Amino acid sequence: MNQPASAYFIEERHDPNETHTLSVLVQNEPGVLARVIGLFSGRGYNIESLTVSETESQKHLSRITIVTTGTPMVIVQIKHQLDRMIPVYRVVDMTLTKRSIERELAMVKVRGQGEHRVEALRLADAFRARVIDATTESFVFEITGNTDKINQFIDLMRPLGLVEVSRTGVAAIGRGPEGM
Amino acid sequence: MSDKSHDPNQMTGAAMIVRALIDHGVTDIFGYPGGAVLPIYDEIFQQSEVQHILVRHEQGAGHAAEGYARSTGKPGVALVTSGPGATNMVTPLTDALMDSIPLVCISGQVPTHLIGNDAFQECDTVGITRPCTKHNWLVRDVNDLAKVLHEAFYVATSGRPGPVLVDVPKDVQFATGTYHPPRKSDVHRSYAPRVKGDAAQIRKAVALLANAKRPVIYSGGGVINSGPEATKLLRELVEVTGFPITSTLMGLGAYPASGKNWLGMLGMHGTYEANMTMHDCDVMLCVGARFDDRITGRVDAFSPGSKKIHIDIDPSSINKNIRVDVPIIGDCGNVLGDILQVFKAEAKKPDIKAWWQQIAQWRARNSLYYRKSNDVILPQHAIQSLFEATRGKDTYITTEVGQHQMWAAQFFGFEEPHRWMTSGGLGTMGYGLPAAVGVQVAHPDSLVIDIAGDASVQMTMQEMSTAVQYELPIKIFILNNQYMGMVRQWQQLLHGNRLSHSYSEALPDFVKLAEAYGGVGIQVHKPGDLDGAIQEMISVKRPVLFDCRVAALENCFPMIPSGKAHNEMLLPEQANDEATAKAFAGGKALV
Repeated sequence: MNQPASAYFIEERHDPNETHTLSVLVQNEPGVLARVIGLFSGRGYNIESLTVSETESQKHLSRITIVTTGTPMVIVQIKHQLDRMIPVYRVVDMTLTKRSIERELAMVKVRGQGEHRVEALRLADAFRARVIDATTESFVFEITGNTDKINQFIDLMRPLGLVEVSRTGVAAIGRGPEGM
Repeated sequence: MSDKSHDPNQMTGAAMIVRALIDHGVTDIFGYPGGAVLPIYDEIFQQSEVQHILVRHEQGAGHAAEGYARSTGKPGVALVTSGPGATNMVTPLTDALMDSIPLVCISGQVPTHLIGNDAFQECDTVGITRPCTKHNWLVRDVNDLAKVLHEAFYVATSGRPGPVLVDVPKDVQFATGTYHPPRKSDVHRSYAPRVKGDAAQIRKAVALLANAKRPVIYSGGGVINSGPEATKLLRELVEVTGFPITSTLMGLGAYPASGKNWLGMLGMHGTYEANMTMHDCDVMLCVGARFDDRITGRVDAFSPGSKKIHIDIDPSSINKNIRVDVPIIGDCGNVLGDILQVFKAEAKKPDIKAWWQQIAQWRARNSLYYRKSNDVILPQHAIQSLFEATRGKDTYITTEVGQHQMWAAQFFGFEEPHRWMTSGGLGTMGYGLPAAVGVQVAHPDSLVIDIAGDASVQMTMQEMSTAVQYELPIKIFILNNQYMGMVRQWQQLLHGNRLSHSYSEALPDFVKLAEAYGGVGIQVHKPGDLDGAIQEMISVKRPVLFDCRVAALENCFPMIPSGKAHNEMLLPEQANDEATAKAFAGGKALV
C-alpha cells in the first residue's frame, strides 16, 4: 500500500458496515442531546435516525433511540463512548438483543383526483394507514410500522401524487416483561 | 428571614465558589480577571486561604493548572472570565482531556438575561467547551451552584480523570442562596465509573502471564493517574514476574528508568529494544495506556503474534485501535492488586531467560546512539548533561512539543511518577513554560525545569512575567536550533527537503528577553561550557532563560517511519541520506 506524505498512518478498512439500533437512557437536562449529537459528529459516526423524548418526567429521564451504521468495532466504540457520558444511564444495543420491536410513524400527504385518489386510499387500507386529514383533492395518511414498511408505502404513493412526508424516526423497545 | 441572615450557609454565588474551593482542599488557583468574574475576584481579595496566581494569558492559567495537577495528583483549578477568557481556555481543556488530567475551570458568563443576545464578551462557553471537557455545566440558579461545583470536582478527579468547566453568569455570582458542603447526592446517579476488575478476566490474565515465554508489560499514564498505590503495584508485578517493561510518553516514571527490567519508552521515537520486544512478544500486558497511533505504528502489523491483556478504567479505550484478547475494565491500581494476588497464589515466575537474551541483543544495537562533537553542542548531549547535573536533586521536568520533547523522553531518566509533565495527546507547543509555573507553585522548593525548543517557548513566553511576579525560580532550558525541529525533520524526510516556514528567523535575544522580564539569561555555545552553565542555572534562585545553542540540523532517531511496523525502525547509524530516502520511499510518509 502506498502511503501519501502524511503525519498519520493511513489505512483502508474493509470490514463491512452493519446497522444497529441503540436505546440510550439519559438524564433530561439542558444540553444532553447536544452532547450525544456532538459525539456522533465529532467522532465521525453516522446517524441514520434519531428519536428523543422524555419518558419518565418525574425522574427527568429521556430515552433516545439512535439508528447508526458502522463496522462492528465502531459500533462497540459508539456504545462505550455514549455510556461514559456523565448524564447517560444505560445504552442497549437493541439489534444485538434480537428481541426488540422497532416502530416509526409517518404522516404522508398525497394530492390527486380520480383513479389516483381511489388507488391511494385502497393502498392505505392495505397498509393499515389511517386518513387523518382530507380535502377534495388530498389526503394525509398516518402510518405506523417498521422502517421498511414505511419506505414501501411512500414509494407506492410517489406516482399517486406524493406531496410530502413527515417521519418520527425509529423508536424501539424490547420484547418480554423486562425493561432496559 | 432574620434567622436566614445568620445562617452561615446563606451566601452569594461568588462566595460559594471560594467556599467550595476551600472545601475541596484547593490552596492555589490560576486565573485572569475580567468583567464577568469580578464578584469572584472580590471574594478572593477578602480571604487568604486560596492563593490566586495571576497569569498573563488564560491559556497559561490552564497549562499551569495542568502542571500543578500532574505534579501533585490533585485537581488543578483555573478561573477565567467570559468570552475571550473562556475561548483562550479551549487549548488547555483539550490538552487535559487528551492526557486525562483533572482540571476544574470556572468561567464567568454574562448575566442570565443577556445570554443569547450577543452581549459584550459573550460566547457560548458550554457549547464551545462541550467536546473538550469530560463534562460541563451552565449554572442558572444560585441554589444549584454548590451541587454543581461539588459534582465538578468529583467528575474531574474520579474514573478516568479529565477537565470540567462550570460557567457561572454574573447575576448568579451576585445572587444569594444556600450553600452545602460536598455530599454524595451531588453527583449524577448515572455516573459510576467501574473500579474493580472482573475476577474471571483477572484469572484469564494471570493464566496468560504465568505461561508467557516472551512477555512484555506496556504501561501508560493511567498508572500514574491511578495514584501511588498503582505505581507501587506495577513495580511489584515487574519484580514478581521478572518481565520486561516499557512505557508510553505519558507513563514515564511509573517504573524507574534505572530499573533493570526497563526497556525505555516505546513508539515512534522509542528505543529499538522496546519496539522489538513489543513486536515479537507472545503476551502483552497493557496497563493504563490506549494503543495510540504514535505507539502502534502500522496497526495491522502491530505485535502480530501476541495475546493482549488490556487494563483500563475507560471502556471506550478498549478495542478502539487494537483488538485485545483479555479486556479488564477497572482502575489500574485495583486490578494490578488483584492480578498480583492471584499470580502470587497460583503461579510462579516464568522462565524467560531466552527472551532476555534476545532483548540483550536488541539493546546492543544502542538505538539512542549519537555522535558527540567538541565544537557544537548536540541536543542529546545537552539533555544528558542536564540529567547528570540534576541527579539526586528534587527535580520536576516539563516540556514543550517537538524534537526536544522526544530527546528529553529518551535521555532524561525518571525514577518516580509525577516528575514528568508533557503534552502527549494534543501535542501543545507552549505547554511547558506555564506548566512549569504551575509545578513550581505546587513545589516551591523543588528544581523545576522546562525543557523547551526555541519555537515552542515563544508561544507562551509571556508567563515569564508570572514567574517573576511570584518569585518562581523556573528554569527554561531552550534547545535552540533556530528551527521548528520536528517540522523540519518531517519536511526533510517527506517533503523533498523543502523547508517551508520551519526556520525561526528573527529569533529574540533570549538573554536580553530574560532580563527584560526581570529574570536571568544564560547563553552557551560550546560543549566545554555546558556543564558550568547548567550549574550556574541551577544555583540561581530566579527564573532563568537558558539559551542552549545546539547543532541546527540534528534529527531525532530512532524512528518508526509512517506505514511501517515496530520491527522496521530507522536507527541512527542507518539514518544517512540514502537509507532514510529508502525507508520513506514509496511511502514518503513519516509519522
